[in-house]
Amino acid sequence: MKILICISHVPDTTAKIQFTPDAKSLDTSGVQFVINPYDEFGLTRALQLNEKLGGTVTAVTVGGAEVEPTLRKALAIGAHDAVRVDAQPTDPLQVARELAAVATEGGYDLVICGQESIDYNGGVVPSALAELLGWPVVTPCIGFEPAGSRAKASREIDGGKEILEIALPAVLGAKKGLVEESELRIPNMRGIMAARTKPLTVKAPAGAAAGSAPVSFAKPAGKSAVQIIDAQNLDLLVQKLHEEAKVI
Amino acid sequence: MVLVFAETWNGKFKKSTFEAVQYASACAQAQGSQAVAVVVGPASAPVESLGAYGAAKVVHLHGPKQFETAQHAALVGDLAKELNARLIVVSGTANGRALMGALAVRAEASVISNVTALPESYAPLRVVRGAFSSKGIEVCESRSERCVIGLVPNALGVKDSAGSDAAFEDRNVTAELRASMVEQQLASGSIALPEAERVVSAGRGMKAPENWGMIEELAQVLGAATACSKPVSDIGWRPHREHVGQTGIQVNPQLYIAVGISGAIQHLAGVSSSKTIVVINSDPEAPFFKAADYGIVGDAFDIVPRLTAALRKHLN
Repeated sequence: MKILICISHVPDTTAKIQFTPDAKSLDTSGVQFVINPYDEFGLTRALQLNEKLGGTVTAVTVGGAEVEPTLRKALAIGAHDAVRVDAQPTDPLQVARELAAVATEGGYDLVICGQESIDYNGGVVPSALAELLGWPVVTPCIGFEPAGSRAKASREIDGGKEILEIALPAVLGAKKGLVEESELRIPNMRGIMAARTKPLTVKAPAGAAAGSAPVSFAKPAGKSAVQIIDAQNLDLLVQKLHEEAKVI
Repeated sequence: MVLVFAETWNGKFKKSTFEAVQYASACAQAQGSQAVAVVVGPASAPVESLGAYGAAKVVHLHGPKQFETAQHAALVGDLAKELNARLIVVSGTANGRALMGALAVRAEASVISNVTALPESYAPLRVVRGAFSSKGIEVCESRSERCVIGLVPNALGVKDSAGSDAAFEDRNVTAELRASMVEQQLASGSIALPEAERVVSAGRGMKAPENWGMIEELAQVLGAATACSKPVSDIGWRPHREHVGQTGIQVNPQLYIAVGISGAIQHLAGVSSSKTIVVINSDPEAPFFKAADYGIVGDAFDIVPRLTAALRKHLN
């Protein structure tokens, strides 16, 4: 099975988020970047499928040279090769179009993305990519078992899940459940050494236009200080929830 | 005009559907235009009742039996092009979020998701959205003649309904299914977390899964959904679908009560847009208190049953 795993280069979960003085972009100084956590579930599933079925696992991202360490990390975890589409996207549809060009050219059986990225939280790419390719999509995908040219996939829905049957090729939007957190692969020293010599191809962008762009960023209004309420006076909490917060 | 996807769930309109229709109606009014709702598949309520939430017209597409991403994108996207919709509003439920990207491609539109307020302007279209897992707010501008807006459930709430029935049109449609449903597994009787108005959530401080009875009782009194922290779902005390936080479900309720959860940054990423947060924890240094509106320091096993009793007394 030939698998394309889309990797998003995002600030670490614990990073302090600050914006540049002109409020136009993220202030990246001192920010540690990682593989988007949702993509990690997809990457591990891709490697598991590869061990069972053979084929290749290619990691792809759309971004400037600054994203290459994150792609190298995917190689260290076990992807065979990597592609960087050399563009600075401002919008998820632009990303989806660039990924669609890579997916079409490479003849993949399966494309996996994270169900969303933890930076722009769009959640748009999986189904947009599938629609561009004319393929089925399962997002958020919490289980995937291929059988020949078809597959069964679980999709999380509000209050439960549904089991879908699809034909391959297909696009999955990965979420926890596709593999468990305990199964996630982390790079070991041999992987890190091997990653240095694995092929990383830089590809010229297809030139997709952005449908939207950020105008400005701000930090959310901070919460006012917490009101600590005496554990012996729970009626006061009830009163405050009713009269002050007006939520009951 | 503004098109709104009026999602049904087992044939019923969801609360998030009414919110999305009201949002579409407000966008339409601001532009001197009309909101048209599209219902796909069986509806047990009369579709014209969406008029009470501001829809001027409802187009009811008959044929599809259940939600399928590609099929719904094709049907709603083609209708948006036919009606020349400038905005397409979709509530960010599980189905709505799956739909947005494919719908934008099919409708030849841009897409702005995770939207938390009415547009700041319409020409150009500028909308406020959440970014960086609730650590940032972005103003995003559409560069397309048509734009899909993905609205965060509960961001505006449902206002009292007013207005009369909408005009409606029935159409029989067919569209390609790219995935076939084998089965659906729903947790019985529980309130779906993403659109719950009140959530009672508990963590490792509950010490063992058999102690969840008091959490369920508190939730029941409040009409709240139950949730849990990541460690609790990882060790199997509670099902994965209750895991709230960065890699789990993101919630946006009016009231979030956290019991015995320390408040790791990954947890806060999924809950910090809740309107009011109450934290109950025996450790006064728990980081969650910094993100809370109200805090109680003490033993959950003592406090939760008494809080349930106090709430029951108030709500009666």
